[in-house]
Amino acid sequence: MTYDILLAGVGGQGVLSLAAIIAESAMAEDLKVRQSEVHGMSQRGGGVQAHLRLSDSTIASDLIPSGKADMILSMEPLESLRYLNWLKPEGVVVTAAEPFVNIGNYPEAETVYATIKKLPKSSIVKTAELAKEAGNIKTENMVLIGAALKYLPLKKETIEKSVHARFAVKDPKLVDINMKALELGANA
Amino acid sequence: MKDMVLLGDEAFALGTLHAGLSAGFGYPGTPSTEIMEYLIDNYERNRANDANTPVAQWCSNEKTALEAALGVSFAGRRAVVTMKHVGLNVAADPFMNAALCGIKGGLIIAVADDPSMHSSQGEQDSRFYADFAMVPCFEPTTQQEAYEMAFEAFDVSEKYHVPVIMRFVTRLSHSRAVIHADESKIRPQNKLEKADRKEWMLLPALARKNYERMIAKQDELVAYTTASKRNPLVLNPKRKDLAIVTGGLGRNYFLENLEDYKAFCEKKFPGLGIPSTLHIGTLPLPLDSLKKLAETAETILVIEEGQPFLEKQLRGVLPQNTKVVGKFTGLLPRAGELNPDLVRKALGLEPNKTALSETAGIADFCANLPGRPPQLCNGCPHIDSYTSLNNAVAALVEKAGKDNVTVNADIGCYALGGAAPLNAAESIVCMGASIGMARGASQAGVKYTFGVIGDSTFLHSGITNLVDCVATKTPVTVVLLDNTIVAMTGCQPTMLPSSQFEPLIKGLGVEPEHIRVLATNPANREANTKVLIEEAEYRGVSVVIMVRECLEAFRIRNKKAKK
Repeated sequence: MTYDILLAGVGGQGVLSLAAIIAESAMAEDLKVRQSEVHGMSQRGGGVQAHLRLSDSTIASDLIPSGKADMILSMEPLESLRYLNWLKPEGVVVTAAEPFVNIGNYPEAETVYATIKKLPKSSIVKTAELAKEAGNIKTENMVLIGAALKYLPLKKETIEKSVHARFAVKDPKLVDINMKALELGANA
Repeated sequence: MKDMVLLGDEAFALGTLHAGLSAGFGYPGTPSTEIMEYLIDNYERNRANDANTPVAQWCSNEKTALEAALGVSFAGRRAVVTMKHVGLNVAADPFMNAALCGIKGGLIIAVADDPSMHSSQGEQDSRFYADFAMVPCFEPTTQQEAYEMAFEAFDVSEKYHVPVIMRFVTRLSHSRAVIHADESKIRPQNKLEKADRKEWMLLPALARKNYERMIAKQDELVAYTTASKRNPLVLNPKRKDLAIVTGGLGRNYFLENLEDYKAFCEKKFPGLGIPSTLHIGTLPLPLDSLKKLAETAETILVIEEGQPFLEKQLRGVLPQNTKVVGKFTGLLPRAGELNPDLVRKALGLEPNKTALSETAGIADFCANLPGRPPQLCNGCPHIDSYTSLNNAVAALVEKAGKDNVTVNADIGCYALGGAAPLNAAESIVCMGASIGMARGASQAGVKYTFGVIGDSTFLHSGITNLVDCVATKTPVTVVLLDNTIVAMTGCQPTMLPSSQFEPLIKGLGVEPEHIRVLATNPANREANTKVLIEEAEYRGVSVVIMVRECLEAFRIRNKKAKK
């Protein structure tokens, strides 16, 4: 079994913490993991991507070959379209709905959504709205993981445990909020 | 020890700690930075309880870092020094000469190359430096290898008394995987034991002997790399048409395509299998293995990450009737990093189908998505400084013409001000070049020249240029952007606090009334423009220090203070 995820977003949106939670959960289920990320100049407010590969056998390359990603998981709708060359023909795009507009020529959001919807499988999630409902706007990435759950080859309980472990050390109050965000995403 | 998930950089850092490191030094530079960050974190956490904790410190630049590491080796202890590829240019003097010293304590020079220039101004390949200095080079392809090779590199360094390069590339430095560390193999540090002075004084009479000795060592080093498990040779005499040499991450991308390639070969050459392979994970070139490979096949395909280093070398050492194909022949691109798709194509395999190629009605829109290049953070102090500077430049251009005003900038976050919308810089070349170029432009006859440089870059390579300006009384306006931190690489501390810049610059001989310390913020933009114009008009050296803390630094310091 191999499951490749291309994570996308804009520098500063928390793409790497998104990757970390999925990677931790995969390891808890005894899968091998390789994750390639972006540091340095390229992460300052620009488009960023991370390649996350899960497998029960040895993973040779840190980078996903084109046409092999099972999922594009994106914190931003326009960014989700940038990486379709990596996605399998029948792969799924799960993306936050809210555009991050820090460029002058950002296209109409409706055109972006319409393009995403032409793909065989896609899910556009109102992460900002649901994160607010969960109690903290910073939980958008947790909402997104929730929305991705039904596609990921990982048990929901494992992800919940990872989220719990991650926030219990920071602040126990954050555990409940993040769990709620995860749940709202899963039901979105 | 429990298995850990580590970046390639971190895995190597852990390897050096387990292999008996005594000291690590470096200058931040993407993608090498996380090696030292890991060592410094270890040092800061453990030094209070354990006086033996390996020292780990940032340095002013790569040259000072390597020189400090040489002192550790001279004292008989193991050292690592870290830098990005272009950092080795700065450290080239101690590096080339260290190769002629009788290395005592193991010395690893960890250099991270950045093919595709994700965060760099060039994509030079450090293997050429290893070859130039005739020193061994290790090239990990997995995080586990990065960990293990730290042990091997120290062994080779101490056995053959040579410095060793550990070459990283971005995709390994910044990729995570599980590491297994065998606790029973952890080594103690070396005891203090000085080297023989004859082997470290490169006076001509002694250096000549050392150079002869270095040349004589080459055969031993080749014997080592030929026998090394890091250079595995798998011969298949049935395939006489082709053999494959992989270098660095080239192997990973070859292996990624291996299943498809096996099927492809079975179809094309039934029963003959895949071509012979040789992976080169450590240099100098394993000559015997290459000879065997050349005897087996007519053509050798070279798949290597970086510049065509192996390919070039192979042309020199293989029989002339062996054809070598790869980056020089256009089978693989000369520029940019490799990936599974490029290697797939070079192997003759069909490209994979993708969602982009198979979904109707999206190709046009997706081909024309607007780019989203990196940019200065919202509220970054550099935006205010550059706005003031741009206004000053506009006024001076109006007065003296565009060829009488130059803005030479430098390496750091503020290089992003060179792009739209600020478009504030005219040159960005290498660490420290801003002030040197401004001086040269002034000597060439340009009336108003600005050298824009960050606080850490100034300490790295700016001071000597400023001394040149002062000594020659050259009219130059240095704009020192002091954001109190090394921001671009993830907020490492600047070597000196902000308060030290003014006395330092005064000490170099800049007239006190032409050292202007300004708070840079939206409210002061206009006033600061006036100061910049005033100082540009001064026919001598002036330094305008524009100060405000980096937002990211502020956030990190606040977080630390709360803890």
